[in-house]
Amino acid sequence: KVKVLTRKPEEYIREKSSDLHRIRRNYDPVLHPLEKAREYTRALNAVKLERMFAKPFVGALNGHNDGVYCMAKNPRKITSLISGSGDGEIRLWDLADRTTVWSVQGHKGIVKGVCCSPAGNVYLSCGLDKTVKVWNPDVSTEPANTYLGKFAYSAIDHHRSDPIFATSSTQIEIWDESRSQPINTFSWGADTINTVRFNQTEKSILAGCGNDRSIILYDMRTGSPLAKMVMEMKTNAISWNPMEAFNFTTANEDQNCYTFDMRKMNVALNIFKDHVSAVLDIDYSPTGEEIVTGAYDRTLRIFRSREGHSRDVYHTKRMQRIFCVKYSIDSKFVLSGSDDGNVRLWKAKASEKLGAKSYRERAYLEYSEQLKARYKDLPEIRRIARHRHIPKDIKSMQQKKQIMLSAQKRKEENLRKHSKEGTVPYQAERKKKIIGVAK
Amino acid sequence: MSTTDQTAARQDNNVNSKQEKKKEKEKDIETVTLNIPKYVREKEIVLGKKQLKSIKDKKVKGTLRRIESKYADAAEKAARTEMLLTEDPGYLEAEGMEKTYNFTQDQLISAVDEEVAKKRFDISLPTFGPYAFDYTRNGRHMAIAGRKGHIATYNWPLDRKMCEFHVKENIRDIKWLHNELYFAVAQKKYVYIYDHNGLELHCLKKHIEVNKIEFLPYHFLLVTVGNAGWLKYQDTSTGKLVCEHRTKLGKCDAMTQNPWNAIIHLGHVNGTVTLWSPNMATPLVKMLTHRGPVRALAVDHSGKYMATSGLDGQLKIWDIRTYKSLHEYYTPTPAACLSISQLGLLGVGWGPHVWVWKDAFTTKQQSPYVTHIERGAQIHDMHFCPYEDILGVGYSSGISSLVVPGAGEPNFDSLEANPYQTKKQRQESEVHALLEKIQPEAITLDTTFVGKIDRASKAVIEKERKQEEEERTKNSKPAKEKKKMRGRNTALKRYLRKKQSNVIDGKRLAIEKELARQRELRQKRSLGEIEKPPTALDRFEKKQMSLFSPWKLASYFFGTSDNSSGCPAIGQLIESSKTLENGKPVSEAYHLKWISCSELSGVESIDHFTEP
Repeated sequence: KVKVLTRKPEEYIREKSSDLHRIRRNYDPVLHPLEKAREYTRALNAVKLERMFAKPFVGALNGHNDGVYCMAKNPRKITSLISGSGDGEIRLWDLADRTTVWSVQGHKGIVKGVCCSPAGNVYLSCGLDKTVKVWNPDVSTEPANTYLGKFAYSAIDHHRSDPIFATSSTQIEIWDESRSQPINTFSWGADTINTVRFNQTEKSILAGCGNDRSIILYDMRTGSPLAKMVMEMKTNAISWNPMEAFNFTTANEDQNCYTFDMRKMNVALNIFKDHVSAVLDIDYSPTGEEIVTGAYDRTLRIFRSREGHSRDVYHTKRMQRIFCVKYSIDSKFVLSGSDDGNVRLWKAKASEKLGAKSYRERAYLEYSEQLKARYKDLPEIRRIARHRHIPKDIKSMQQKKQIMLSAQKRKEENLRKHSKEGTVPYQAERKKKIIGVAK
Repeated sequence: MSTTDQTAARQDNNVNSKQEKKKEKEKDIETVTLNIPKYVREKEIVLGKKQLKSIKDKKVKGTLRRIESKYADAAEKAARTEMLLTEDPGYLEAEGMEKTYNFTQDQLISAVDEEVAKKRFDISLPTFGPYAFDYTRNGRHMAIAGRKGHIATYNWPLDRKMCEFHVKENIRDIKWLHNELYFAVAQKKYVYIYDHNGLELHCLKKHIEVNKIEFLPYHFLLVTVGNAGWLKYQDTSTGKLVCEHRTKLGKCDAMTQNPWNAIIHLGHVNGTVTLWSPNMATPLVKMLTHRGPVRALAVDHSGKYMATSGLDGQLKIWDIRTYKSLHEYYTPTPAACLSISQLGLLGVGWGPHVWVWKDAFTTKQQSPYVTHIERGAQIHDMHFCPYEDILGVGYSSGISSLVVPGAGEPNFDSLEANPYQTKKQRQESEVHALLEKIQPEAITLDTTFVGKIDRASKAVIEKERKQEEEERTKNSKPAKEKKKMRGRNTALKRYLRKKQSNVIDGKRLAIEKELARQRELRQKRSLGEIEKPPTALDRFEKKQMSLFSPWKLASYFFGTSDNSSGCPAIGQLIESSKTLENGKPVSEAYHLKWISCSELSGVESIDHFTEP
């Protein structure tokens, strides 16, 4: 009995040139030698390609004549953004076209805060001219309403669902949109409050941070402050985690960001280190997985919310100090407003391809993601994946910071060595910067 | 009563159908589980349920469990895809008293269809033989090279000649490179690379008097070994000579690659087989295989078994995981060539005979599987054709292609090697292969080396790290010495500084001594303890003055700014002072200093004078 291998070519060759090529697979390992070495090479290529395609800058929205100091997303419209500038101008942007849709000279002096109503049709702004103005861009360039206050305002934020908004000045004021006077005021020690932010899930809770290095939480239901925490240095901005309602992250003057659980504020849940200058603004991605920060060192960093160091850093030659950042509501883009009067649009994942992807392309990208994840700890791959070009001045600042920190550490260690045992205890890094919590 | 009966019956039915389903499932699982072990990759650590349970960190435990299940799932899925494999391997079975080795090729051909019969052919080439032989990786193309200079390449299934030419010099070996567009030929002196039209592309002058060529397709490495016993690796994608190893074992004409891990096996005249990677100048393994020169080598596709034949008339099977001999066979005349097919048939060519052995690695066989004889010829080279039941044989007076049922892998992987590939596919696969080219550093005995945890003890790792560091510092050039402007710098001091500080030899001691002496002298002079020797310039001495430059003084006295003064002594002085500036020896410098301090600088506050 004999059988010899014969193949019918028609089973292996496509009939017409319009057909797809017939691909036969045989997963027998013997037919695929050197599997691991080849896979590693593929992973290396994938990580190199990722760095090659890392071009995060999408475009600049120019038009403001002064620095951009506040921005707000529209919760209903993905392409809409409002920004306020130092000369009192307010602009509404269409991100898809990168054009100004509507603009108005809203305030005398700097616009300190803008926000959007939950319905998405009305915008509010406040400024150093002690007014809060309500704008309806669809109707006119005249304010639909103006609230006159006693103090120069520093920030404004709208309630998630009710027609209520909060402003911060020397105190935090809660306004009803239909009344000309604040319905409630809160204050707890601080002479100036920098920021006020509503919790988007636990809607009645809001947080503010004061110039006296404090972070204060308020509950509108009880009409009283919940807790106050004082840190070593001032907090510049606060962002609530959209997925974990009890967590918020703060941007601190000491170049770090801290995540706190509002129920247990004597210890930070996480510290984000990497900036070399004061962090000025912070925003969570809508997934709660990532955080974008903008700092006085002219860079924007993206952190994973569970890791301590940034996953990426963005900068351009022309970008000055970043005063406000926002994560877009589809979590694919990041926006930054800086001193140079531009709002910049960045990709959240630097090497991501925009637009539609074919099935094969998507499959390839998924495969290379897996490869990168599998070999991420190998030295060559880690080195390439971590490499970022950073401006020289920031590099030198990083080195200086490193020297300073190690000197501090050494000094502390020396102190410990030369004192009686136990008199200089070790302190948790996450508790160090917290001076106290009051309830 | 009846209702209960009904319900009972229904339940029975249900139970029956459930059981059937379960049985089917089990059957299904059984058929799959049979093949799963083939697809399970060798694991670094085997994690049993107990080990998993003993891990305390819940996160780690979860991750590990997930990974384990993923691996198991992958193996099962791969096993399930076997259902999609359409072709079955060939076979040859004897009935009754028949023996498979008694079947001649003609008998085999008469029993199979016409398509297969076409694949069996003989080409008589009596003038330029014996013939070396090679197939491309997809088995579509065949290259032959006669010892006396005849080269031809064919697309043999289509019976189409690609090129044919004569180089008019000795040829020892021929090998395809990564696809059918290029092949390398070991000629009288050098190795040449030709393209598919027979156009000479490169002459590799570094490869001299080469006997055997191998090509590592995943690394793009051309490996040669020759009469001088040098093993050379050349990268055919960059053209760089990756490394040259001296085997120190003389002439070598038995070479093969291990297709599983790309290690090169060499057989030597002293009966040893050595295993080489480009990363080590010495063999990775040395095995004594024969009591006489090694004639031929072959390694199977899974990289587990090696067959060697020697002039001592032995044919031995080795396990190259343990480096132990498994079986030994006797060949009446020494086997000149060996080849192992994809499904593990072992082809042996000795004298005019071709014998093919089946299952020769696992059990000791009593008789061959298929035999063939080329009367009046000597077998020179033979290779199994990949993905076909064909054995190509080159002998002294031609070539022939024999049918050996059950030799080739029936189901190919299009992305690995595709016998039916189009031009576009070939181009595409070439680009992909180049992108995925493995670096020569990755050639190791253990193919799973990448990404493995180093399980050596901490002390060993530390030691290795230290060694590496030392090597690095040794290789890096010493920092170039900066020229320091400050302070006194002498040739002796500089010499000492450049020398290594911890080496103390006679020269160093002498120099140190000399330096110490000079220092002492200087000190003494500054204290005025030494009497100065009288010189011609003594007469100018009047009073002590601390610092003055001699040539300025000279110009003051003689009204000239240059050394063109009438006084020879001053002229000389100026000369010598300049040479000092240019770095003349030290003794002269002392001499001058002494002059400037004591004799010439006798005039007080000479700075206040204006030039006459």
